[in-house]
Amino acid sequence: MGEINRSPYESTITLTVNGDTHLFRLGEGCHEVSPSHTLAFTLRERLGLTGTKISCDRGACGCCTVMMDGKAVLSCMLLTVECEEKVISTIEGLGDPITGSIDPIQQSFIDHTAFQCGFCTPGIIMSTKALLTENPSPTRGEVQEALAGNFCRCNSHYHVLDAVMAVTRKGG
Amino acid sequence: MKDYRFIGKATTRKDALDIVTGKTKFINDLSFPNMLYAKVLRSPFPHALIKSIDTAKAMKLPGVKAVLTYKDIPDWMGGLPRHVRVLDSKVRYVGDAVALVAAETEEIGEEALRLIIVEYEPLPAVYDVEEAMQPEAPQLYEQFPGNVLPRGIRVFGPNPLQEVVIGDIDQGIAEADFIVEGTYSYENIPNPLPPESPGAIAVWEGEDTLTVWSASQGPHILKVALQKMMGSSNVRSMGSPVGGSYGSKYMSWQYVFPAAALAKATRRPVKICYGRAEQLAAFTVRLGSRIHGKVGMKMDGSVTFLEGDWFVNTGAFSEMAQGMVAVGCGEAQLMLKCANWNLKPKVVCTNRTASGQVRGFGGQELKCALVPILTLGMEKANIDPVDFFKKNYVKPGEGYYWRDGEWWVSKGIDFTNAIEEGARVFGWQEKWQGWLKPSSVEGTKRRGVGVGVHGNADVGEDVSEAFVRLDPDGKAIIYSGLAEHGTGQRSNICKMVAEILQIPLEWVSVTAADSSINPFEFGPVGSRGTYAIGSAVIEAAEKAKKQLFDLMAPKFKVTPEELETVNGMVYVKGKDEEKLPWIAGLGYHGTCLGRGRFQPDFTLPNFMMIFTEVEVDTETGKVDLIKVVSATDVGQIIDPPSLINQLNGCLGSAGIDSALFEETVLDTRLGRIMNPNMIDYKWRTFAELPEMEHAILETPFPSHRFHAIGVGEIAPSPGPSAVLMAVANAIGVRIYDYPLTPDKILSALGKMDTLKKGGRG
Repeated sequence: MGEINRSPYESTITLTVNGDTHLFRLGEGCHEVSPSHTLAFTLRERLGLTGTKISCDRGACGCCTVMMDGKAVLSCMLLTVECEEKVISTIEGLGDPITGSIDPIQQSFIDHTAFQCGFCTPGIIMSTKALLTENPSPTRGEVQEALAGNFCRCNSHYHVLDAVMAVTRKGG
Repeated sequence: MKDYRFIGKATTRKDALDIVTGKTKFINDLSFPNMLYAKVLRSPFPHALIKSIDTAKAMKLPGVKAVLTYKDIPDWMGGLPRHVRVLDSKVRYVGDAVALVAAETEEIGEEALRLIIVEYEPLPAVYDVEEAMQPEAPQLYEQFPGNVLPRGIRVFGPNPLQEVVIGDIDQGIAEADFIVEGTYSYENIPNPLPPESPGAIAVWEGEDTLTVWSASQGPHILKVALQKMMGSSNVRSMGSPVGGSYGSKYMSWQYVFPAAALAKATRRPVKICYGRAEQLAAFTVRLGSRIHGKVGMKMDGSVTFLEGDWFVNTGAFSEMAQGMVAVGCGEAQLMLKCANWNLKPKVVCTNRTASGQVRGFGGQELKCALVPILTLGMEKANIDPVDFFKKNYVKPGEGYYWRDGEWWVSKGIDFTNAIEEGARVFGWQEKWQGWLKPSSVEGTKRRGVGVGVHGNADVGEDVSEAFVRLDPDGKAIIYSGLAEHGTGQRSNICKMVAEILQIPLEWVSVTAADSSINPFEFGPVGSRGTYAIGSAVIEAAEKAKKQLFDLMAPKFKVTPEELETVNGMVYVKGKDEEKLPWIAGLGYHGTCLGRGRFQPDFTLPNFMMIFTEVEVDTETGKVDLIKVVSATDVGQIIDPPSLINQLNGCLGSAGIDSALFEETVLDTRLGRIMNPNMIDYKWRTFAELPEMEHAILETPFPSHRFHAIGVGEIAPSPGPSAVLMAVANAIGVRIYDYPLTPDKILSALGKMDTLKKGGRG
């Protein structure tokens, strides 16, 4: 982050998302980040990272799940100004940026058709990523608990659990 | 069974990579330069006249570009019949639209709503369907005396089914060994609650050309409907991927009109996306359904007559209630062989958020109240419900009045095998102990089993059209107005075309659901995707292939019928040593285009049975769902994982969970919905999944080339009445409405004095 030259006269914020660092001026203007903006809003409306979905916007449905410092967080319940100095990953940041290959979790979701409408899928995948980062071989029950905050209305739960368990086996 | 290259095999959804990488663009992920945001001021009163509105302060707020009230809104009308204005001088439910704002940002729009000053004259309100029909009840619309909506739905034909009146009730009474009577209701108005809230973007070109991007489940029919409702405007409808709909976002004028009106007023693109509270409290919910019914039966389980009043509560307006009544009346007959009927529906409006189309489409609402009345008779005759449904479900050669009012005869298949296979997989014989008897008891935990049934003849409803274009490089493009709403239907029509043309699935694509380039498409509703949409696409592919062979035959000096094609190469059947690519017939600069059209066919009923096992804790009143088995026969599976996903959809508000805990709680003192958020509105989580199995048979149907039919609409519908039966058997006491929350269980067990809510006991 050292290369970004902060003006001492302006209030700014730097955000690190998927390995890129972004500098925003704080304010109410159309390219600025307001102190009232949620991380979900900033990701979508300022950075164009629309893979993070806003559904309930009140921390109940998990659609907006992203990773912050390796943990799953609800980006609709965090103010952007709270996220300075944190390392944030979104669904767009999964996989290998050099080769372009996708994360094994994503591949497993494809292989198991672990979605229907797909709206809640990015949030579910990010919750899964956080779980497997912490615990690479969870039981099916532990996966169910970890995903209990992710709303899926099409009832793709069973295929999602199959997809996650297939990755955990591979991961050992 | 024929072994196909793609059909029946699990293949990757065409949109899978975009979905798992977050690249899929849902409606709220789109934006346009210079776009404004729409916000809606909503009524705090369930019924009131607007005496005055002052918008001056809101208009002065920097960033506000338009404020519209009933005084300056275009005269576009929705509803069935047309009775719903975009904004009116009268509000009819808490959440009814009062004014619209277009602003540079959502925050400014919300701020502007607070600056609009409205003076209301509150009116008395009514919420109960039977109270609304009383002479002294508040009247919602001058043109609908008694709050009863006129019958009929023109798009189903001149004589749509609006009741079931067949035979002679007196004769049915004379023939009956006994008569049972009861009242059951399914009035908890669960919310379909798609994770993507309703949304649209409207852009005008000139005065009369409107382009709408929307999350509609039926973008092409939306174009047709909007043009009718708006008068002469030329509408182009762009379908987006749909982030869940479950029927609710099929007809989308409710949220498209505000965006279109504001876009017209400001001459700028306008986006509207409902907030979650708006979606839960001001968008369409399921119909309320209550039946007072009487059934005559013989001891062998034959039904001699069925008579009843079906009260359909549509809330503040009818979006499609008469259509749902028509289909429901047809579906009742599929389930029940009976010579004498007198089932009289009444569609009634009340002062709560309106009801609209939801997966199950009328038949589910009807069954949830009607099947339990039939079970009163099954109990009296001591008949196993599985045997009852097996005996009474429509068989090939038997007839029914369908939604168009015409008599149709089933040319489909007998579902007895599916029923028996479902019972075997579930272990019904071992678990069924008789009526109001638990399967097992362990301390305070009592288990019970129940079964429900549903089916429709809508697999062949309405018109679909498609074109298939063959390109010289061996690729095929399907022109279809089909939106992807989660079932994988856009991928499945690619599989059908790939199978016919024998080209890799990757070589087949579908156009964007753009009404300006695609032919007519009614949309993926009523389980019609496989048969109706599929048939149009199959015909188009066959015709395109024939054109190709007509062009290629002279090159081989044979007739077109002697040719075959695989992987973009054409050859004479049996002689694949000499091959020519498509380009040899089409040329570098040519294509061929086949056209397919599907005409409605109501002769193929589908079928779904759901077996459930529940465990009731008699101390706490909590009901746990232990096991679910659904049984069906689909003719031919197109894509196994997509079908299993659809069948797993029997949970949720569309089905079983509307019997267990999903409900919209209405405060009948203030008319407000008390749980318009996802904490207080209960939904099933990953942590609470029952054991789930499916018995899926594949008996070829006389449908299309692959002998398949769809079951998406009906997959959840038998669930709620199955759960109601299972709980009654577990605790030995009947409960007469849904959902089966702990208070109702404890009240039924005599452990609580009164019901907290519901008002009907």
